[in-house]
Amino acid sequence: MTQPQVLDLYFLAARHQLVELAAFLDRLDRTGPPADFRARAFADAVQILGGSEKNKAQAVLLALSDPTLEPLAAAATKAACGAWPGPAEP
Amino acid sequence: MRYIEPHAHMVSRVTDDYDRMVLAGCQAVCEPAFWAGFDRSSAAGFYDYFRQLTDHEPRRAARHGLKHFCWLGLNSKEAEDVKLAEEVIGLLPQFLDRPNVLGIGEIGLNKNSRNELRVFEMQVDLAVRHGQLILVHTPHLEDKLKGTRLILDVLKNDPRLRPERVIIDHVEEHTVDLVLTAGLWAGMTLYPETKCTPARAVDILERYGRERLWLNSACDWGRSDPLAVPKTAVEMKKRGHLAAFVDEVVFQNPLKFLQQCPKFVLPDDPWPILV
Repeated sequence: MTQPQVLDLYFLAARHQLVELAAFLDRLDRTGPPADFRARAFADAVQILGGSEKNKAQAVLLALSDPTLEPLAAAATKAACGAWPGPAEP
Repeated sequence: MRYIEPHAHMVSRVTDDYDRMVLAGCQAVCEPAFWAGFDRSSAAGFYDYFRQLTDHEPRRAARHGLKHFCWLGLNSKEAEDVKLAEEVIGLLPQFLDRPNVLGIGEIGLNKNSRNELRVFEMQVDLAVRHGQLILVHTPHLEDKLKGTRLILDVLKNDPRLRPERVIIDHVEEHTVDLVLTAGLWAGMTLYPETKCTPARAVDILERYGRERLWLNSACDWGRSDPLAVPKTAVEMKKRGHLAAFVDEVVFQNPLKFLQQCPKFVLPDDPWPILV
């Protein structure tokens, strides 16, 4: 697709998502500095959007992923939360 | 338009969904065994579920003009209890000859625990020993990358395994290349909030090509859309992709993979109504 075609198809939807993202960040800001690991992970991932890196979707997903390879000793929950909390406390 | 829905949990859907899928051009639906939203209390619960998938559900689908196939296995969310898993895996061989069973799935990992990994290896072994196709579930969100890596390690370390007979499902931008490079098939799941949206799935097709990739809705009891595959076909057409491209992605690719199981035969009569 050409740039005008991409914009014609996706600009308004992306603009909507951008404003929603900005509003979410404002909402989060009003609660104080990022203390929760999800807030910190989100803030880090948002930095990717403004950078010159290609394949931003891939980079954002990698930034929110567990980078380790060692299996967990046991599954304490079934759910995922969307961001890696970091290594477990010893 | 014609398409195959290679991953849908129809036991969780109303019959109107069958009608809508047929109207949209669905030629066959394939249903992997999965988590019911709660843990079953015994192997007997799985036995009845496997009966539902191999007996009741294909008849329900046929009443609405759709051919129904299934995959059998123990899902990863219930794999932490290894003793129960061994009992459930012991039930599987008696169902593998049923006419709508395509292979072992969806198996895989959820939280990437040692027990999940052990149960996954047991089911891969069962599939290989019985000459079955394999459909693998990869974990959600932050666990997907690690789970995909662990799963690929297991598969690469089994010299009996033929990669072209395995599909790794729920790939996204950060895992698709790992899977395709390993020679395996990759499934993209189209969800409203998690996994892929139609636009991102088409991005992946444009970036990686359409070889060994398929699309599925994985519709279940959660937020999901049984028409996600035809909606993504429309997305491809909006971008100017030709009908032949769309047909290859939504029909011929799943057909190519699934026909490795000789039981996957599409009916000549598209309305095989059973009474």
